[in-house]
Amino acid sequence: MTWTQYLAPLMKGAQITVMISLTSIAFGTVLAFLAGIARTSSNPIISGIAFVYVLLFRGTPLLVQLFWFYYALPLIGVSFDPITTGIMVLSLLTGAFGAEVVRGALMAVPQAQHEAARALNFSKFHTLWHISMPQAIIEMMPAFGNLAVQNLKDTALVSLISIADLTFQAQSLRNITLDSATIYTMTLAGYFIIALGLMLIIRFIEAKLRRGAAFPRSAHS
Amino acid sequence: MMYGYEWDTSSALAFALSILPILGIGLLVTLQAAAVGYAIALVLGLVLALLRRSRYKVISWTVACFTEFVRDTPLLVQLFFLYYVLPDFGIVLPAFMTGALALGLQYSAYTSEVYRGGINAIQRGQWEAATALNLTRFQTYRDIVVPQMVPRIVPALGNYLVSMLKETPVLSVVTVLDMLALANMIGERTFDYLVPLSMVGLIFLPMVLICSALIHLVERALPKSGIPLR
Repeated sequence: MTWTQYLAPLMKGAQITVMISLTSIAFGTVLAFLAGIARTSSNPIISGIAFVYVLLFRGTPLLVQLFWFYYALPLIGVSFDPITTGIMVLSLLTGAFGAEVVRGALMAVPQAQHEAARALNFSKFHTLWHISMPQAIIEMMPAFGNLAVQNLKDTALVSLISIADLTFQAQSLRNITLDSATIYTMTLAGYFIIALGLMLIIRFIEAKLRRGAAFPRSAHS
Repeated sequence: MMYGYEWDTSSALAFALSILPILGIGLLVTLQAAAVGYAIALVLGLVLALLRRSRYKVISWTVACFTEFVRDTPLLVQLFFLYYVLPDFGIVLPAFMTGALALGLQYSAYTSEVYRGGINAIQRGQWEAATALNLTRFQTYRDIVVPQMVPRIVPALGNYLVSMLKETPVLSVVTVLDMLALANMIGERTFDYLVPLSMVGLIFLPMVLICSALIHLVERALPKSGIPLR
């Protein structure tokens, strides 16, 4: 087999990788906002649940989480197919790391603005949505960009729970052909290209947000 | 039975306690891998950061591309690359060393950025002053750059130690008998994955928390404005 014949199976794997990465980044972002906002809540139960969630997923290795959800959870009667498990665990992990980013950005909004909002009789939700969030979301973007690339790299681990992603296809090809150098170089290049694409998307979103921002960056830093 | 330790599956708690010594043996491997990997990352990262500052465009560009590439590709694939490709070139390393090397390589790309940021944070005027005072390059680094750099880079370097610790279980994929590999083997033999895998998570959690707390302590102990000269 020549290297051109590796392209088709690797591309097929790359599609799965991109699908899993984009899906889990999307779900992870939602979780990040939910948990990040919950962490700043004054209700101890809400902020406590968010704290424990972030602690558990940031404090343990991804591979352990993945195996736990794949091998251990079915033993207590909860089982999902591999793709669902992979997307779920990656979303939960990205959400936990993202929650800290959201919390940090929300806390960076000056206290005086909260006081001003209270003086103007804005509701808590109104303050969060119209005052804090438009400023905080721009500050989050560089960190979210890093998390997105980290998420893409982490998707390689789902090959270990039998999902046919890019890494899995590379492994199967290697087992047949033993042509390790070519296959893994192509695989690494594949991930690199996907990562560059991901960074372009993030940069595009950031530029969009910045243009529509309520305040320029310099106004509060 | 594993490593001479019998497990007791009569109850979940008894099972968890009886496999602790086995997981302890794996934990030692995990810690060793993290230690060796981190040492490689610290040294290699510094070399990469200094090469990046080379006045020859070819070198600085090559290093920049290399670090970017390593940073944006998965550890697992890099590990497979080293594990299967190095022997093709006659370099046969034990699985543990290959794993530690992969960890070190991946994180050297991160640490090199930290070093670079630390060096770049020194104002231009200080370099010019060093030149004006006729200090050699070595003296400038030893007396001017490094003392100011250390407090700035320690927090970031520490965070990477914690994330590296959390990535060591990946080494189990290439037959390194770390904590996760042993837990999986216990799971295979007893058909109970829940207890061993939960135990691995429960051991990692305090380890990561303690590590983070220690780094925080070191960070606070370092003088903010730089280490005073002798």
